[in-house]
Amino acid sequence: MPTTEDLKQRIETAIPGARADVTDLTGGGDHFRATVVASEFAGLSRLEQHRRVYAVFGTEIGGPIHALSLVTKPE
Amino acid sequence: MSSTENPIRDLIQEAIDEHEVILFMKGTPERPMCGFSARTVAALDAVGRPFAAVDVLPDPRIRQELSAISNWPTIPQLFIKGELVGGCDIVSEMYESGELAQTLGANPPADAPAHAPVAAEPGAPPLQIDNDLVDRS
Repeated sequence: MPTTEDLKQRIETAIPGARADVTDLTGGGDHFRATVVASEFAGLSRLEQHRRVYAVFGTEIGGPIHALSLVTKPE
Repeated sequence: MSSTENPIRDLIQEAIDEHEVILFMKGTPERPMCGFSARTVAALDAVGRPFAAVDVLPDPRIRQELSAISNWPTIPQLFIKGELVGGCDIVSEMYESGELAQTLGANPPADAPAHAPVAAEPGAPPLQIDNDLVDRS
């Protein structure tokens, strides 16, 4: 079961310079919320910013990670 | 219709093309089966613009093919004029900023809440879910 720390580290590793703040929405280890700030989001639409974060987890979204609610911001 | 090899994908694409505002969700607008779908419906209802809705739950292939078309992994997904707008987070943000009403060409009612309305989590699942395209326009 992924932890908030796992998700944070994976996002920060996959998106260089990103800062991620992850919370477990239900305490069940499968509904998360992440706020991600990254310089590479500059110039990307909100849709593309979210895609970038979802891409870190691939098919785990909808699988072990049932839900990942996102707030993304350029640096 | 582009091909006959993937009828489900063709049907989804057709639905996206034919409805100016269409929401793919878990459950129906009347009986959402997931808090995120419920919240998205509540935002659309608050703006007051009619929309079509498709329940993805009855057949896992709907979700699979939809995500292949949209390059978006989660449900719900809102499309306006054939373009993916986003899921619950983006729709909620757009609601709160007024962008949703603007994009949909609707004026929010004067008593619209400043924050995206929070829909209650659904209770017991309905006995049966129709997979018909619900056209509410």
